[in-house]
Amino acid sequence: MKSSSTRLIVATVTLGALALLPPISLFLGQDFYIDLFTRVMIFAIAAVSLDLILGFGGLVSFGHAAYLGIGSYAVGILAYYHVDNGFVQFGAAVIAAALIALFIGWVSLRTSGIYFIMITLAFGQMIYFLGESVNQFGGDNGLNIERHSRFADFLNLDRPTVLYYFVFAWLALCLGFGWRLVESRFGMVIRGAKSNETRMLALGFRVFRYRLVAFVISGAMAGVAGALLANLTLFLSPSIMHWTRSGEIMMMVILGGIGTLVGPVIGAIVYLVLENVLSGLTEHWQAILGPFLVLVVVFSKTGLLGAAGEWRAKFPHG
Amino acid sequence: MADALLETRQLRKRFGGLIATDDVTVEILPGEIHAVIGPNGAGKTTLVAQLAGEMRPDSGEILFGGEDITRLSAADRVSRGLARSFQITTLFAEFSALDNVALAVQRAAGHSFRFWRAARREAVLREPAEALLAGLGLAERRHVAAGNLSHSEKRTLEIAMVLATKPRLVLFDEPLAGMGPDDSKRMVQTLLGLKGQVTILLIEHDMDAVFALADRLTVLVYGRAIATGTPQALRANEAVRRAYLGDEAE
Amino acid sequence: MIAVAEQVLNGVQFGLTLFLMAAGLTLIFGVMNLVNLAHGSLYMIGAFIAAATFNASHSFIVAIAAALLGTAAVGIAIEVVVFRALYRRDHLDQVLATFGLILFFNETVRMIWGATALYAQVPEFLSGQIQILPGVPYPTYRLVIIAVGLVVALFLYLLVMRTRIGMLIRAGASDRTMVAALGVNITLLYTLVFGLGAALAALSGALAGPVFTVESGMGDDLLILAFVVIVIGGIGSIRGAFIAAVLVGVVDTVGRAFLRPLFALFMSGFAADNAGPATASMLIYILMAAVLFFRPEGLFPRARR
Repeated sequence: MKSSSTRLIVATVTLGALALLPPISLFLGQDFYIDLFTRVMIFAIAAVSLDLILGFGGLVSFGHAAYLGIGSYAVGILAYYHVDNGFVQFGAAVIAAALIALFIGWVSLRTSGIYFIMITLAFGQMIYFLGESVNQFGGDNGLNIERHSRFADFLNLDRPTVLYYFVFAWLALCLGFGWRLVESRFGMVIRGAKSNETRMLALGFRVFRYRLVAFVISGAMAGVAGALLANLTLFLSPSIMHWTRSGEIMMMVILGGIGTLVGPVIGAIVYLVLENVLSGLTEHWQAILGPFLVLVVVFSKTGLLGAAGEWRAKFPHG
Repeated sequence: MADALLETRQLRKRFGGLIATDDVTVEILPGEIHAVIGPNGAGKTTLVAQLAGEMRPDSGEILFGGEDITRLSAADRVSRGLARSFQITTLFAEFSALDNVALAVQRAAGHSFRFWRAARREAVLREPAEALLAGLGLAERRHVAAGNLSHSEKRTLEIAMVLATKPRLVLFDEPLAGMGPDDSKRMVQTLLGLKGQVTILLIEHDMDAVFALADRLTVLVYGRAIATGTPQALRANEAVRRAYLGDEAE
Repeated sequence: MIAVAEQVLNGVQFGLTLFLMAAGLTLIFGVMNLVNLAHGSLYMIGAFIAAATFNASHSFIVAIAAALLGTAAVGIAIEVVVFRALYRRDHLDQVLATFGLILFFNETVRMIWGATALYAQVPEFLSGQIQILPGVPYPTYRLVIIAVGLVVALFLYLLVMRTRIGMLIRAGASDRTMVAALGVNITLLYTLVFGLGAALAALSGALAGPVFTVESGMGDDLLILAFVVIVIGGIGSIRGAFIAAVLVGVVDTVGRAFLRPLFALFMSGFAADNAGPATASMLIYILMAAVLFFRPEGLFPRARR
């Protein structure tokens, strides 16, 4: 049960644990974990961005990995042209992701239900194919990125620990921002529209506009995650934009707890750690993960969106 | 009459072969409670739908405060002060009663592109919402999730939400539907309490309630407005009596 | 000119492959209100079974039959085990659960047949070319795919227009109560419709094997296109699926073949090399966006319940 105070506690504990990971990891001589959890936090940001519109807005956007990719490609392409300035790169990532989200949202939000799911899926795939076909930037094979983004002299992202805390700071920022957002007037409109769209329209709210803005904010946040990812892997590949990646991000949101903001962070941890562990055990780990997901979905009795609704009914202020 | 707050002029609506609204011309005066009654299938709900903006009439005009609103969307009519209360109560079930009303207040308070301050802590939203709920007797239940309220509490919450948009006129489609005698009496008192704050147009079958509430009635039969007047006057009206012959059940 | 005709025909062939997929998807959605992402997996399983059986038996008929039966069996198995729990659920739940199925099937196929593509060849008696017009040769096998696609389209048309099941489909009968009121055994109906959808996907995969590569995940990208087809055509409409599928197939194929040379006419080679394929790959989605802009419910939407 995730009431507001529970979530705060969970968030504090989780962020605290994440903050302490590098020193512990170094102490244990296992700096591989720093790398893994940097990746976890990046996807946590992406998952949080999806939860904003999925968990709170009820918008099942199945093409979210595209924004991740756009953010990455913005950084990568600028790096390719020797523009290493982090502010410029990240700025471009956010703006590019936001603009694409604006266009896709503008077309998709006119539809609803299953059409919406399919359309966001299709557009996500379109971005993927775009990435694949532009040969200049590696196309299918991908593109190496020479250098990390440069922000300031003291921020040397070449060092894993520095990069880790840089990503951590972004995660905390996004969580904090997301928190304020969902409790704000804007957030209330989005949540109200999820609860009862007809009523919101009858009250006179122009739901489409608010949803579009939420969509753009969500895409921009995922764009940040993408820019961070580019710095982690120093490699661009259209495969990060494949629709199955969108499915993975959605899985993280679901596993952790939809509509809670901190749940997706936990979901990202669980999913990526599980993936790591399972792939160490067998190369056929997806054959295990797949049915696991099916079971999670089938056995949450009222369905996952319904479960979140139930929590709300018991904790109206939660 | 130039004084009418809401008027229709020769409103017509048909569905294929069925004439739902047949050349209806009515006037609703400001400050009154005006009831629309008639046998089942008379076209009352269709009329309200056209007044609210959910349905476009085939021909005729609707004027509100002298302005022609025939082409206006429902949302725009709400901003002009013409609001509708729903027959099927549709609320934000997971939100508390207070949150529900606060959302309506939020709408009236301008745009909602505010991303930082917590809406629940904004006095400018919370205080009017609490006042509305208190005025309708729901103060104690304001933190209960709307889905968990009793049927009549939900209807009352519904009214609170409509009032939050500061309407000049409210359309009520069978506000007493599904209520037992005690709840009905309470609802009648609630509606009477609104007199002076808003003009009311209501559809209702419960004749006791209609006679307790209405300043004037319009009788609709087969889509036609066959008579308009005070309850006393219509009691004596021949055409009205004929229309209700055999329709005691209402 | 010949080149254009050839590409148009390729487009039609691709479109009909898509149609077989989309028809099954839209049928299942129309009758059971179920969105099944794993439909692409059924296509893939059909392709694998057909290719493997043909390699072993060298009989085309046996291969196709095995693919249809085998995939239908798998389809019915997942219908009973997974989908029965999902019919009343949110579309999100269906999407996620079937996404899990995709992961499972993709990996299972890799476990059985390995990660590299399976060799699938065109059977002897269908290889070669036919002169569809004097001086215009076209691969026989592709013509066969087109023919089969048209036959199936006709069959589905008759099914939808002339039978009781068809009536239910046209009525958009995803209302279990209404269906039961018509005296139909719902459970059986759903299973049969699902089996039919699976068989269509399997047929599509089995035929497409020799033309496209038989590998894990081959159905997933095609599935997205099938979704685009359904969205353009209107969910629940077989007719819409047919028209949209052929449209999408032709636009995509012709676009991929001719956009780069077309761009090269007025752009530098380098620019054309990038803009050409890039635009070609986006063409379908732009088409979809354009259709949705004017008709958010597709070209032939069902009447809303």
